[in-house]
Amino acid sequence: MDNKQNPPILEVDNLSISFQMYDGRFDQKALQIISELNIKIYAGEILAIAGSSGSGKSLLASAILGILPNNATVTGKMCYNGQMLTPKLQKRLRGTEIALVPQSVDFLDPLMQVGTQADGHKKPFPTQKRRRFFQRFGLPSGIEKCYPFQLSGGMARRVLVSTALIADAQLIIADEPTPGMGLEQALDTLKMFREMADDKKAVILITHDIDLAFAVADRIAVFYAGTIVETANAHDFQIGPVALRHPYSKALWRALPQNEFESIAGVQPYAGNLPKGCLFAPRCKCKTPRCMQESPPLRMLRGGEVRCFCAK
Amino acid sequence: MKNTVKQIVLLFLKNSIRMLSLLFAVSIISFALVSVSPIDPVQQYIMGIGPVSEEQRAEIEAYWGLDRPPVARYIRWLSALFRGDFGTSLLYRRPVTEIILERFQNSLVLMLCAWGVSGIIGFSLGCVMGMNQGKWQDRLFRKLCYFLSSVPTFWLGLVFLLLFSVRLGWFPVGFSTPIGMRNSEVRIWQRLHHLALPAFTLSLMSFSDIALHTRQKMIDVMNSAYVLFARARGEFGWTLFVRHGLRNTLLPALTLQFASFAELFGGSVLAENVFSYPGLGSAVSAAGLHSDVPLLLGITLFSTLFVCIGNMTANLLYGVIDPKIREAQS
Amino acid sequence: MKKLRQWLFHWQQWKTPLLPMKRLNVRTKAFALTVILFSLIVTIYGVGILIPQKAVATDFAHAKQPPSWQHLFGTDNLGRDILVRTLKGMSVSVTIGIVASCISAVIGILIGIAAAVGSRFWDSVINWLIDLIMGIPHTVFIILISFALGRGLKGLLAGIAATHWASLARLIRGEVLQLRNQHYITVSRRLGKSGSWILIHHMLPHLVPQFLVGLILMFPHAILHEASISFLGYGLPPEQPAVGIILAESMTYLSAGMWWMAVFPGLVLVLIVWLIDQLGENLRRVIDPFHAQE
Repeated sequence: MDNKQNPPILEVDNLSISFQMYDGRFDQKALQIISELNIKIYAGEILAIAGSSGSGKSLLASAILGILPNNATVTGKMCYNGQMLTPKLQKRLRGTEIALVPQSVDFLDPLMQVGTQADGHKKPFPTQKRRRFFQRFGLPSGIEKCYPFQLSGGMARRVLVSTALIADAQLIIADEPTPGMGLEQALDTLKMFREMADDKKAVILITHDIDLAFAVADRIAVFYAGTIVETANAHDFQIGPVALRHPYSKALWRALPQNEFESIAGVQPYAGNLPKGCLFAPRCKCKTPRCMQESPPLRMLRGGEVRCFCAK
Repeated sequence: MKNTVKQIVLLFLKNSIRMLSLLFAVSIISFALVSVSPIDPVQQYIMGIGPVSEEQRAEIEAYWGLDRPPVARYIRWLSALFRGDFGTSLLYRRPVTEIILERFQNSLVLMLCAWGVSGIIGFSLGCVMGMNQGKWQDRLFRKLCYFLSSVPTFWLGLVFLLLFSVRLGWFPVGFSTPIGMRNSEVRIWQRLHHLALPAFTLSLMSFSDIALHTRQKMIDVMNSAYVLFARARGEFGWTLFVRHGLRNTLLPALTLQFASFAELFGGSVLAENVFSYPGLGSAVSAAGLHSDVPLLLGITLFSTLFVCIGNMTANLLYGVIDPKIREAQS
Repeated sequence: MKKLRQWLFHWQQWKTPLLPMKRLNVRTKAFALTVILFSLIVTIYGVGILIPQKAVATDFAHAKQPPSWQHLFGTDNLGRDILVRTLKGMSVSVTIGIVASCISAVIGILIGIAAAVGSRFWDSVINWLIDLIMGIPHTVFIILISFALGRGLKGLLAGIAATHWASLARLIRGEVLQLRNQHYITVSRRLGKSGSWILIHHMLPHLVPQFLVGLILMFPHAILHEASISFLGYGLPPEQPAVGIILAESMTYLSAGMWWMAVFPGLVLVLIVWLIDQLGENLRRVIDPFHAQE
């Protein structure tokens, strides 16, 4: 990427999130969901975070926005435009600089008209601006008086995307924006994100659909068991295992239907029983005794980043 | 708009039919119940007017139609009901309708005050608990609510009476107006003065229900996806509460409050007895104790009507205000 | 929808079922508490039963005495010791409450199952019946039933039993309807098992905890209703030492300043109801940990 001379708009460094669970009255237990996660995102690009469902990717969005539940403990460092992302800063950036695009109509208040809802809570209400965006997305003008349940899935999605545009956010985090859509609709939605990125905004696309991530993202971060094992240019994924670095990314590539359609044995470890050392080691074909003992640090390799001792 | 009106009318008709069927059933059940009673109303009546001969007794029985089979008596009673004739109270020696209307006015004021107070206190407490789930406010008020539900409120009324009326003398001991005063002379503040304690007692009876219900609803709302999104857009605290919390909890709370007329009326029977308040509640227990069958039946039917109207309002509210249901019905 | 569930799952992490070992711990605590509460209630109940009738004899020499070391709760207008009367009355109230709840709970579960298993017609009839029961204010309905049975103990029992089943029936009906659509039950039916076989082998194990919890949570309600109906003058005859009757008598002497007649019996009633309520909550935690509230 040519714009890498600029500082990243968001840098997440060694982020870990765990939850305090209360067992009975006195016993406590920490459940680690995200461990030592690193991402960087620059203005003008789409970074896809790809990984299987239920592995805690969505939590990352909450962590960046600072809206995790009270019993969550966060360690690590996050920087926004070079500034430490403190709770105070997060509170200021939420809904203005950083916007979340959730995935379904369930994220709209069922008892509030869509127009009012898209306007948000900040006065003066950006009604004119919102109407322009609605029009641009081909939403009929009567829609602003509708309640969320009256919208089709596609309409709801466009309303949700428009909230990010109305806020004029610099960083957009889209959480699973495509499931349940037809291919055409999905591509359409992704096109909207592409336009945002071309407009010098940064887009984080959280998805489990790797194919779609390829289609639109500039870089892809592979998420496994609560951490990013590899970040690579989308181009590397088009080439295949040769260009990829981490054994899991390679396995992921092979598992795609258009490739070898061959899945790897075992399941992802879940929070609560994470293995010692490399999180992927128990399923890895090229593991060494060292992998079972210590967690591999993040290192640069062939223009990407990887957490693996053996990757070359 | 026209469509909405049509739906409301339809909903209203549907509910009315159900209400009529319930009222009809209640009339049968209550009539059957008093008919099988071993308590002899004639005997009670005679005790009230002094010694009578056998013939006079038979005459009274014939006058009341007691010599006829129960079904015939029921039909006679029902057809009288349709003419607006609920019979004559044995206890007060006046038409039942007159007594019900007069006493219902007193009861209505009492219940309305208690209903409003318990609704406002209960809903506010529920919101505070729900917005502060797990914090000290939540724990404190929840304990209070659970505790109140194991306190017999009529006893609480007795304690209030002891403390505030007998000991401190702040409130009158009973009745809805000062004794010996004609109704027209009573000022509004005197009425309120008499009303305060019973209304407060009655409101304590029902606010924990609405508070706990609102708390749960508020917690559900705060854990919902749309609140998560609202937080992500920068809403918090009061804004979040007004824009999403209030919006999504007010209607269920209001509905529950309308659906609780049965408990309200039941509670008023006790409260009115404790405070010697001349309403329907004290009348119904007196009617039962003194075997005043016409009055007992009349009030039973009337209270059922009252409860049904509350339930119907709850149904209509949901149908009219909730856009989802409004849509589903069209 | 799946994604939403994940969101909410993470959002509510702490609500996920606890690990079995720890769960045992919580349950053990609840169980210990249950035993303590239960023995406390039984003690109070037993004392009430064991007090001889003699102890509540009238004694005009000691009438209307305020609380003292001799008479902790004071004496009433006839010189009877209020503490003794209250304890005796409490055991009567608890007995009535428990018997009425049991009758009511059995009616509730039978009607609930009938509604869910029977035809659509019966279901709507039963629903209508439940609406009917809920449509008449309970107090008025109990007065009516009590009147029909000539007041007294029988009327009180019948009245409380007849009014308390509706909510449990509704709950059980919902539960059975939900169970009926469960996969293993549909399979069972396809395999040709009869309705009653499924009911006994698959449904009852789920319904019994529900039933027990519903029953226990009904006790406090029933006891409170007993007290209030006795207070109104229905139910037990005045010479019986029910708490409601003592409280009703105390009304006459309120202005005379005999506060102890109203305060103490009520406090004992509150204590007992609260203890039983706590017992129910703890038992619920033991029997049905996953439905228990936080």
